[in-house]
Amino acid sequence: MKFGVVVFPGSNCDYDAYLAIRDHLNEPVEYLWHDRSDLQGCDAIILPGGFSYGDYLRVGAIASHAPIMDAVKEHVAVGGLVVGICNGFQVLCEARLLPGALIRNQSLRFSCRDVYLRVETAATAFSSACQPGEVLKIPINHGEGNFTAAPEVLDELESTGRVVFRYCDRNGAVSEVTNPNGSRRSIAGIVNERGNVLGMMPHPERAVDPLLGGTDGMKLFESMRQAMNAVQGMAVS
Amino acid sequence: MSKRKAIVHVRLKPGVLDPQGGTIERALNKLGYHDFSDVRSGKFFEIVLADDSDAAMTKLDEICRDLLANPVIEDYTIETVAE
Repeated sequence: MKFGVVVFPGSNCDYDAYLAIRDHLNEPVEYLWHDRSDLQGCDAIILPGGFSYGDYLRVGAIASHAPIMDAVKEHVAVGGLVVGICNGFQVLCEARLLPGALIRNQSLRFSCRDVYLRVETAATAFSSACQPGEVLKIPINHGEGNFTAAPEVLDELESTGRVVFRYCDRNGAVSEVTNPNGSRRSIAGIVNERGNVLGMMPHPERAVDPLLGGTDGMKLFESMRQAMNAVQGMAVS
Repeated sequence: MSKRKAIVHVRLKPGVLDPQGGTIERALNKLGYHDFSDVRSGKFFEIVLADDSDAAMTKLDEICRDLLANPVIEDYTIETVAE
């Protein structure tokens, strides 16, 4: 099992993601430069946070056309796991691997602080290590994390159990006050139809050590490991 | 055939929140301009084309959909003028 962290010019959470996997999940991980056209045998791909290509044109727009993204799309097509965090979520939406778009925070302010997330479903490859309804404390760090999509798209996401994380308070209550960026229906993270691509604005890779204020982010990476182990187990048996 | 210049306007779809437009509107109000409302911000691109054949215009439309605009949240218009 090997993780790959894609590095675009302007990525700045690539090292955090790399360390989360190498030192906290204790699994092999390597960097994948955006100009490459193959994934070096990686089984799970992380698109990290940052400001790829300086956020020029639209956040994530230029990165979604980088050579590595063709390989990422092929990986997704065969059921491989991909998680996009913050700018990575923006890239996945621009690449049409996830529905919707991330626009400027309603407040117009860049927001960098801990938030609480309610796990809406534990039946995904990214949340199986959580309990449904569990509340996670994970930081956000973005200026354009306001998730938007057409009402019918939002309804479909809800009805098919594809909203994985929602902003909430420490007790799991969702309200306008607990929504840090104006996201429709307080959505913080979604998966694609097949369930192998997750996008989320909060940064699980920054919540992997008590020194950083918490370890709730590890549950996402643990879930991915469990999912991959299950697939490998099936292949062996 | 003479060169043409395409002018592409990209704007947020109606109904998509435009906090930037809203902020500009509030600034206008603070400056005392009260008869101006519903400010929407957008983007503007100039691109020189080798010609304005149907093939070139089809490609330009593709460029708008693939890169210049995000059809999930944005609409675009194309016009061409003499370069």
